[in-house]
Amino acid sequence: MSESLLVNLSIAILFLPLLGFATVVIWGKRFPKLYLLEVGIITVAFLISLFVMFAKLSYFPKDIISEFTWITLGNAPNDGVINIDLGIKIDNLTVLMLFVVNLISMLVHYFSVEYMHGDKRYTRYFSYLGLFTFSMLGIVLTHNILMMYIFWELVGVSSYLLIGFWFEKKSAADASKKAFIVNRIGDIGMFIGILILFTNYHTFTFDTIFEQIKNGVIPFGNNAWLTAAGILIFMGAVGKSAQFPLHVWLPDAMEGPTPVSALIHAATMVAAGVYLVTRIFVLLTADAMLVIAVVGAFTAFVAATIAITQNDIKKVLAYSTVSQLGYMIMSLGVGAYAFAFFHLVTHAFFKACLFLGSGSVIHAMHHEQDIRKMGGLKKKMPLTYATFLISTLAISGVPLTSGFLSKDGILAGTLAFGKLTGHWLIPILAFTVAGLTAFYMFRLVILTFHGEARDHHKFDHAHESPKLMVTPLIILAALSIFIWYTPNPIGADNGWFLKSWVKTPHQVTPDETRFSFMVEKQNHEVSKEEHGEIVNSLEYTETMHWAHYKAMFGSLAVAGLGILLSFMFYQWKKIDADNLANKIKALYNFSLNKWYLDELYDATAVSGTLNTGKGLSWFDQKIVDGAVNGSAWLTRFTSKLSGLFDTYVVDGLVNFSALLSGFVGLNFRKLQTGKVQTYVVFVVFAVIILLIFFKPF
Amino acid sequence: MFQVTLQHFLVLSAILFSLGVYGIVTRKNAVMVLMGIELILNAANINFVAFAKFGNFGFGGQMYALFVIVLAAAEAAIALAIVLNIYKTFTNVNIDEIDNLKE
Repeated sequence: MSESLLVNLSIAILFLPLLGFATVVIWGKRFPKLYLLEVGIITVAFLISLFVMFAKLSYFPKDIISEFTWITLGNAPNDGVINIDLGIKIDNLTVLMLFVVNLISMLVHYFSVEYMHGDKRYTRYFSYLGLFTFSMLGIVLTHNILMMYIFWELVGVSSYLLIGFWFEKKSAADASKKAFIVNRIGDIGMFIGILILFTNYHTFTFDTIFEQIKNGVIPFGNNAWLTAAGILIFMGAVGKSAQFPLHVWLPDAMEGPTPVSALIHAATMVAAGVYLVTRIFVLLTADAMLVIAVVGAFTAFVAATIAITQNDIKKVLAYSTVSQLGYMIMSLGVGAYAFAFFHLVTHAFFKACLFLGSGSVIHAMHHEQDIRKMGGLKKKMPLTYATFLISTLAISGVPLTSGFLSKDGILAGTLAFGKLTGHWLIPILAFTVAGLTAFYMFRLVILTFHGEARDHHKFDHAHESPKLMVTPLIILAALSIFIWYTPNPIGADNGWFLKSWVKTPHQVTPDETRFSFMVEKQNHEVSKEEHGEIVNSLEYTETMHWAHYKAMFGSLAVAGLGILLSFMFYQWKKIDADNLANKIKALYNFSLNKWYLDELYDATAVSGTLNTGKGLSWFDQKIVDGAVNGSAWLTRFTSKLSGLFDTYVVDGLVNFSALLSGFVGLNFRKLQTGKVQTYVVFVVFAVIILLIFFKPF
Repeated sequence: MFQVTLQHFLVLSAILFSLGVYGIVTRKNAVMVLMGIELILNAANINFVAFAKFGNFGFGGQMYALFVIVLAAAEAAIALAIVLNIYKTFTNVNIDEIDNLKE
C-alpha cells in the first residue's frame, strides 16, 4: 500500500458522487430507477472512505499531500513566479471527516428511499444529494483555501437547491433564498480574508501560508492584519455554521425535506464552518480567538434560549444545532482545538440521529411537526424512541455517551480559558447552555414520546417506520456511545481519538500576538509529548487537568438539573409551564419570537435594502430614463430636421438635375430624325465648321 | 497654249464631290444615293491621280486610285445587296421612310 493509492482512492471518493449526480440529473427523468445507482455509488464511496480512514490512521502518521499547478500567473516583479496550485491533503482530520460525511450521507440516502417515496421529483432529489456530497467532500479534501472557497459555494448551491426542494411552497422558496443570501454576507468576509492572505503570500495553499507566517512574514508588516485575516475568514464560518448574527437562515432551512436537514443542516454542511476554522486555527491571533470564542458562546446562548419555547420539532432541533455549533466555535476560540473537532464528529452522529428520528416521527404522524399535537408515541414507535432517547442523552451530556466526553472537554477548555485569561463570562455561558440544552431536549422527548396522545386521530394512524428508515437510526445511535472514541467513559484524553488521531497543531503566529499560555516555552518541549498534545502548551494542559473534574461535575450538575426540571414541568406536571409562561410573558415572547431578530433584520437590513432599491428605482425612472428619453427626443428632432433637409434640398437637387437632363434630352432628341440624309448634312456642315476653325491651310 | 494645271483637276474634283454630296442629300431613292457615293469616290480618285502627276510620289497615287476602284466595286455589290434586303423588308427603298433606328 502506497501513498499514491490513498491519493487515488480519495480522488475516487470525491468524484464518485459527482458522477452519480451527473448521471441521475441527465437520465433521471427517462429512467426513474436511476436513484438506485446514486444510492449504490454513495455506498461504494463510503466503503472506500472506510478503507482510506483505517489505512491512513494505521499506517501513515504523516500528512499526504498531492498537488499540481493549475494556473501560472507569471513572473511578478519582486515576488517571483506566482502559481495557483490545486491539490488534496490527507491528514487525520480529512479521513475522519471523509468517514463522517460519507457515512451520514449514505444513511440519509437509505432513509430517503422510504421517506421521499412517491415524491414527484424523487430521482432529482437523489441527484441533489450526490451534488451535495461531492461539494462537501471537496471542502474536506482540499489543501488550499481557493478550492475550499469554490466547494464552499458549491455546498451553498446544493443547500439552496435542497431547502427549496418543495419550491411550490412559498415558505420553502423564501427559506432557500434567505439561506443563500445570508451565507453570501459571510462569504464576502471570507473572500476578503483570502485575498489578504493571497496578496501577501502569493499562494492559496494552507501549509505554504503557515510556513511563511512561521518565518515571520506578517501581512502588510502589521499584526493587526493577521488578526483581520483570521476574523474575516471566520466570517465565512459565521455564515455557513450559522453563528450569531447570521444564524437566522438555519431554522428557516428546516423547510427542506427532513433527511436533508439531517445531512446538510445538522451534521455536515454547517460543520464545514467549524472545519474551516480548524484549518486556519494556527494563524489565529489572540484577538481573533477571543472574538471567535465570544461569538461562539453568545450564539450557543441565544440559540439555547430560543429552543426552549419552540413548538415545531424541527425548529427545536435546528436551534439546538445552532447552539451546538456555537459550542464548537467557542471551543476553537478558547484553544480547545481537539475537543472542537471531537464535538463536531460526535455531534454529527447524534444530531443526524435526532433529525432522522424526527423525520421518522413526522413520517408516522403524516407530516405533523407540532410537538403539542404529539405525545405517547413511545408505545407506537419503540425503536425510534430508543434511538432518539440515546441521542438526546448524548446531546445533553449524560455519561457513557459520546456527547458527554466532547462536551466535557469543551467545558473544561472554557473553564481553563477563564482561569488563564480572566474571561469568566465564556465558561458561565457555556455551563448555562449545557443546562438549557438538557432541559429543552428532554422537553422535546417528553412532549413527543411520553404521556398521553393529544391528537388521537393522528396517533391512531401512527406506526413504526419501515426497516430502511430505522436501521440508519440504530447505526447512528450506536455511534453516540462512548466506546468508539475512548475506552474510558469519563475522560477522552487518553482515548485513541484524542491521543493518536486528532492533535492540536502549534500556532504559527508571532509569540507576542498569542495568548501568553499558548506561547511555547523551551523547557516545555519534552513534556509536550507526554501530554499527547490535546492542547498545545503545558500551561494550558495543566489548567485543563485542573478544570477537568470541575467541568465534569459542573456539567453533570447542570445537565441533571435541566433534565430534572424538564421532567417536573412536562412529565410529572409539578410546575405548570403555561402558568409560568404567563407570569414571565415578556421573556417568554422574547424567546418564542427568536429574540425578534428576524423582525429586527426586516426592519433594518431588509427594509433598508428595499428602500434603497425603491430610491434607486425612482432615480432610474425619473433621472436615468428621463435622460434616455430626452436624448431619444433630441435624436428624433434632429433626424426630423435632417429628414426635411433631405426631402427638400438633397432630393430637390437630384430631381432638378434629373429634370434638367430630361429637358435637354427632350429638346435634343429632335435632332435625331432617323433620316440618313439629315445626318449627312450635319456631317458636311460639321466638317466645314471644323475646317474653318482649325484652318489647316 | 492653255495649260492644264493642278488647280483644274482640283476644281473638277471639288465639283464632282459637291455633285456627289448633293445627290446623297437630296435623292430619296437609295440607289441614287449609292450613285452619289460613287461620284465622291471618283472625286477622290481624280485627286489621287492629279497629285501623283504633279507631285513627286512615283506611282503611289495611281495605285491608290486602282484600290479605290476595286473598293467601289465591292462596296457597290454589298450596298446593292443591302438595298435589295431593305426592299424585301419595307417594300420600298426610300430612305426617308426607313427611320426605324429612331425608336
